[in-house]
Amino acid sequence: MPVVTRLIRLKCVGLRLDRSGLNRRICHGGHGESTRRRVMEELSSLTVSQREQFLVENDVFGIYNYFDASDVSTQKYMMEIQRDKQLDYLMKGLRQLGPQFSSLDANRPWLCYWILHSIALLGETVDDELESNAIDFLGRCQGSEGGYGGGPGQLPHLATTYAAVNALVTLGGDKALSSINREKMSCFLRRMKDTSGGFRMHDMGEMDVRACYTAISVASILNIMDDELTQGLGDYILSCQTYEGGIGGEPGSEAHGGYTYCGLAAMILINEVDRLNLDSLMNWAVHRQGVEMGFQGRTNKLVDGCYTFWQAAPCVLLQRLYSTNDHDVHGSSHISEGTNEEHHAHDEDDLEDSDDDDDSDEDNDEDSVNGHRIHHTSTYINRRMQLVFDSLGLQRYVLLCSKIPDGGFRDKPRKPRDFYHTCYCLSGLSVAQHAWLKDEDTPPLTRDIMGGYSNLLEPVQLLHNIVMDQYNEAIEFFFKAA
Amino acid sequence: MNFDETVPLSQRLEWSDVVPLTQDDGPNPVVPIAYKEEFRETMDYFRAIYFSDERSPRALRLTEETLLLNSGNYTVWHFRRLVLEALNHDLFEELEFIERIAEDNSKNYQLWHHRRWVAEKLGPDVAGRELEFTRRVLSLDAKHYHAWSHRQWTLRALGGWEDELDYCHELLEADVFNNSAWNQRYYVITQSPLLGGLEAMRESEVSYTIKAILTNPANESSWRYLKALYKDDKESWISDPSVSSVCLNVLSRTDCFHGFALSTLLDLLCDGLRPTNEHKDSVRALANEEPETNLANLVCTILGRVDPIRANYWAWRKSKITVAAI
Repeated sequence: MPVVTRLIRLKCVGLRLDRSGLNRRICHGGHGESTRRRVMEELSSLTVSQREQFLVENDVFGIYNYFDASDVSTQKYMMEIQRDKQLDYLMKGLRQLGPQFSSLDANRPWLCYWILHSIALLGETVDDELESNAIDFLGRCQGSEGGYGGGPGQLPHLATTYAAVNALVTLGGDKALSSINREKMSCFLRRMKDTSGGFRMHDMGEMDVRACYTAISVASILNIMDDELTQGLGDYILSCQTYEGGIGGEPGSEAHGGYTYCGLAAMILINEVDRLNLDSLMNWAVHRQGVEMGFQGRTNKLVDGCYTFWQAAPCVLLQRLYSTNDHDVHGSSHISEGTNEEHHAHDEDDLEDSDDDDDSDEDNDEDSVNGHRIHHTSTYINRRMQLVFDSLGLQRYVLLCSKIPDGGFRDKPRKPRDFYHTCYCLSGLSVAQHAWLKDEDTPPLTRDIMGGYSNLLEPVQLLHNIVMDQYNEAIEFFFKAA
Repeated sequence: MNFDETVPLSQRLEWSDVVPLTQDDGPNPVVPIAYKEEFRETMDYFRAIYFSDERSPRALRLTEETLLLNSGNYTVWHFRRLVLEALNHDLFEELEFIERIAEDNSKNYQLWHHRRWVAEKLGPDVAGRELEFTRRVLSLDAKHYHAWSHRQWTLRALGGWEDELDYCHELLEADVFNNSAWNQRYYVITQSPLLGGLEAMRESEVSYTIKAILTNPANESSWRYLKALYKDDKESWISDPSVSSVCLNVLSRTDCFHGFALSTLLDLLCDGLRPTNEHKDSVRALANEEPETNLANLVCTILGRVDPIRANYWAWRKSKITVAAI
């Protein structure tokens, strides 16, 4: 019976997989056993993509319906990020992992980054002892010829190098930053560079857009970028942009959220972003947001919380690129600013609505937050821009469908939590909260943040996915180091 | 397998001369993993032969045991390649080994990179085998990213294009929403040495795609593929009547999602299509709103309503049109 009820309640407007016919027949079919049988028949006539999509929508809208039917205090609880539980889950992971993590034995710098970055997004830090232990451990993953491997004694690998550098930058401080051997790193990156222009993940390893991004991200932060590293790289990444507009892992591969983020960020970092077809990239990226309001990784695939970062970050990067280009070309931005009415487009709105619509409280909202400077409304409006995706809807998906109240985040309902999804759900949540702003230094408004200001996360530097303050510290440090 | 996995390595005579090497985790490591004894011991022996660089038959067997415990350890795969080369090992046997590992978990980069390395050494003779291997993986998960990458690599490096378009068709028949199959179709159309390229294939592909669109107008994959068929040929894209007529056809129906037809029409207009009265009428028939003078503006307005998830995007597109028109 619940399946039928949910089926009937499912919205059919704008579904990627058009089941309006199915819904209508079910609506007209009455209730009871015969309807149930008809539903099962209809389900079996669907393709695999449709069936999987249907089941996910059923779960997601089940949660949304439950939320809508709940009282205000339950709704408030459901929307809360649960900072203490999140920190508990993260700190425990940093201190001890069970045997099931053996499958991630070659990804331990990633575990460090996922956890430390998540903690930083929550505005927290680890104590001196843990910090010192993390620096010591990552030092043992650093290879004698530069770069970092997946664990002590393992072969250096670009992905774990990226994770280790980002983790150390997130820890911050001279001890962490000076533990990275820049000269050897520079040699390592050169060794990974392929004559085709791309990078290999490790000695004789695979070449793809991920390798290109991780190499360039590290080179950029450590201030060791040069022509040898960027030579031919733009050509390689360009050859991975597909007919859909997104970017694939290698030439010919399907457009994919993770590679799209990597390719776009790398192209911006090497100052060749205008070579990409940005119109089609934007079009593809915004179409990845689905009826669940979360993002999918590829066309007609299922929603997944981790794409909250991989897809929303490109959307915001592109928004800013266009906004800057327009500014350069026309002298002023033609994009209408700060009206925000459109963000309430979706019909079941958030519980914050009642205290959101009053624009006059903007100033006193912001001056209390974590010592941020006081801004005037006019400054905000100039620093705000029109969104291209539905940020509140996205935050709603993450908070209601990906968040585990006991700590951690997941791909989607029925999936277990893990540190990867926790990192990228939180990162994406931060991106969504700050998406209206032209830079990461301006605090968002109350109405930008689903679940209220207590859910506010630290802003990230979008090209590296490092918390802004930590990024700034590292840039200054490595500028002096050069 | 010619070793007994149930006996710990430390009790096997074959390994009695090797001193296992423990992991240098330091006194207080972060993210420490509580390894099971078997995992820890196997890794300790692996570290010992990896650091002594022993490229022997027993080293090869040890990498196998290690990979069965964690197929994501790229260092082990890397070392295995060095050993395979040193021993001049039978690579067909290696293909079987990879298939065994893949049965358990085929979603890791290392396995596929290794497969590519082996298949490249074996050359065009194994093209059919690689296509068959990926077909088997894709039969379980038709959107398996690594499998598709390997398949494309096989085609371009080893050949075997003959039946690929049929294979795409077969997959699209089973699930027309399979975007990976559409992507592969584009790969075949543009890259196959047997087909004459995009332009030569355009007419038949357009009609194939239009059929798919009319059956499922809410399928984004087929609309994106349709546009791809005119990639780098804007002139044909806006002048080919089949494109705008499929939009009009879908818009005239009341039982389906209009979003992709409208967005395709919007692209045509932005690319320079001069709207006819037929275009204007079919769009205006959908408008509850005040009809705007500029058809593209009106299309954006309607899109904001029929595709509310992207209301922000369509508003943004609308603002871009104004700039372009000035």
